[in-house]
Amino acid sequence: MTAADEIRFERPQAVLRRRGFSARISRRAVIVFGMLSILAIVLMVASLAIGDFALSIAQVVGALLGGETGMAHTVVIEWRLPRVLAAAIFGLALGASGALFQSLTRNPLGSPDIIGFDAGAYTGVLIATLVVHASGVYSTTFAAIAGGLATAAAVYLFAYRRGVQGFRLIVVGIGVTAMLGSLNTWLLLRASSEEAIDASYWGAGSLANVDYSHVTPAAAIIAVLLIALASLQRGARALEFGDDAARQLGVSVERTRLLLVIVGVALSATVTAFAGPIAFIALSAPQIARSLTRSAGVSPGAAAMTGCVLLLAADVVAQHALPITLPVGIVTVVLGGVYFVWLLIAEGRRS
Amino acid sequence: MTTPAFEPLRASDATLAYDGRVISHQLDVGIPEASFTVIVGPNACGKSTLLRGLARLLRPRSGQVLLYGRDIHSLHTKEVARRVGLLPQTSIAPDGITVADLVTRGRHPHQSAFQQWSKADEAAVVAAMEATQVAALSDRRVDELSGGQRQRVWVAMALAQETGLLLLDEPTTFLDIAYQYELLELFRRLNEGGRTIVAVLHDLNQASRYASHVIAMSEGRIAAEGPPTDVITADLVNDVFGLPAHVFPDPVSGTPLVVPLGAPGEVFRDHPSTTS
Repeated sequence: MTAADEIRFERPQAVLRRRGFSARISRRAVIVFGMLSILAIVLMVASLAIGDFALSIAQVVGALLGGETGMAHTVVIEWRLPRVLAAAIFGLALGASGALFQSLTRNPLGSPDIIGFDAGAYTGVLIATLVVHASGVYSTTFAAIAGGLATAAAVYLFAYRRGVQGFRLIVVGIGVTAMLGSLNTWLLLRASSEEAIDASYWGAGSLANVDYSHVTPAAAIIAVLLIALASLQRGARALEFGDDAARQLGVSVERTRLLLVIVGVALSATVTAFAGPIAFIALSAPQIARSLTRSAGVSPGAAAMTGCVLLLAADVVAQHALPITLPVGIVTVVLGGVYFVWLLIAEGRRS
Repeated sequence: MTTPAFEPLRASDATLAYDGRVISHQLDVGIPEASFTVIVGPNACGKSTLLRGLARLLRPRSGQVLLYGRDIHSLHTKEVARRVGLLPQTSIAPDGITVADLVTRGRHPHQSAFQQWSKADEAAVVAAMEATQVAALSDRRVDELSGGQRQRVWVAMALAQETGLLLLDEPTTFLDIAYQYELLELFRRLNEGGRTIVAVLHDLNQASRYASHVIAMSEGRIAAEGPPTDVITADLVNDVFGLPAHVFPDPVSGTPLVVPLGAPGEVFRDHPSTTS
């Protein structure tokens, strides 16, 4: 037995070492990741099969592999697939963004839907569409990211007092969310009724109008952001020890944090631009992932996968659980609201 | 300056300010190579500020901090992190982290996106945990440990960083006396192993016993520096702390032992056990 065997990490782990590469991976995290992936695929296939035009699993798989033609092909590839892909991709983005901000604020309440960044992104889109009358995928995405970043800057400034402390940032963020809510309502009231109906339906968070012209650019943007996030991950983990400790571990604290905020806001704002604000996925996914993997702190990878599963499941519920079809945002608010109340109580007990 | 010993870390004409307030004006002080340097002084005399300046956490308003002769702020953050480690007064641990994982995080400056757990990482973590005797705790959660155990774990994390210089900001403050000496003995062993140790300590007798070099500070200035027998004297204790005291040789180590005569301006008279 070597000395190394005496060091027990919390869970079984695999060590990978090749030339120029080494990593330590928790076996539990790998298993959880695999299970979540399987669950996501099952939900996607189910979502493609269920509906007014019911299909068998074989038909869905056939259509995906190009074996089906005619109606099955049209229903799966043209009608349902864009929406299912959007749910999966947006779920990944929201989960990762939530984990990133919860890690930055060191608080499970510090997610972009709670601290106003989603509301700010929505404000950005409302201003772009209702006031400036800009249209098109890229201008709304840009407006959402700009709105999100402006809100992030405002929340940060309001919360700043000799540095920013996580809980103060959250309280300020909740206040800013409320203020932006009324601003958003006013923007809707002053718009023509046609525009307002469109904007408010979309403001509930909906995947109903998503087609390939949305999914493709959204997927590209989110892929770039997730790669950026992965490259910042080592610095983000060091920041969990506090600024001084991170700095003395060799992290450029200000630069890393700024880049993380930009990536995190862009992730959730991109989702907001395409589907409206979908709340509570970013809040709940990181903590669910954390209890599944039993990791220290939150990890964006597992949180992204959990977000993916949650949003896919919420979309199935939104479309098929009730006689009427709901915007998926309504479902996540109802389910996530329960979790939010529980979390507030738990946090209140802790502090 | 009596001995021109090599100084890996030196504040040169450094003015250190904190929150817009100048704490130390044009400070000139060096840390001798392979020394166990202890910084002492009354509260708010600038000890921690000096340590923060030496650790590159605070940029001098003017002047420089030199690491191996080069301006520490001109060096890459990661390069500094491979040479200077710091144990802050209080540390934050990520929720639910285990001892082994925490110590591993100290390897950050030696790792990269593709090298996250090399053999050198593993060897450094094992060595750090053995030196601090926390190997047996490796799968325990840090938040479940006692204060003394937890401080040893933080020291292990700093050791895993494998820096030649280790700065410690009041490392014994929240510990009971037995844990304090346990840690000080650990630092002494580390120093004998070749590391340069710089610690801020409150207890003058501990400073005398463990330091090879003492820096006494007062109102942001260096009041005295040198070996403990030269620095820790009745005059210095009176000048720096305003505390009248006798200094005897410590019966255990022969180093200066400070016995206060009372409080500043108030000499101790009656002991309850001697009054009838």
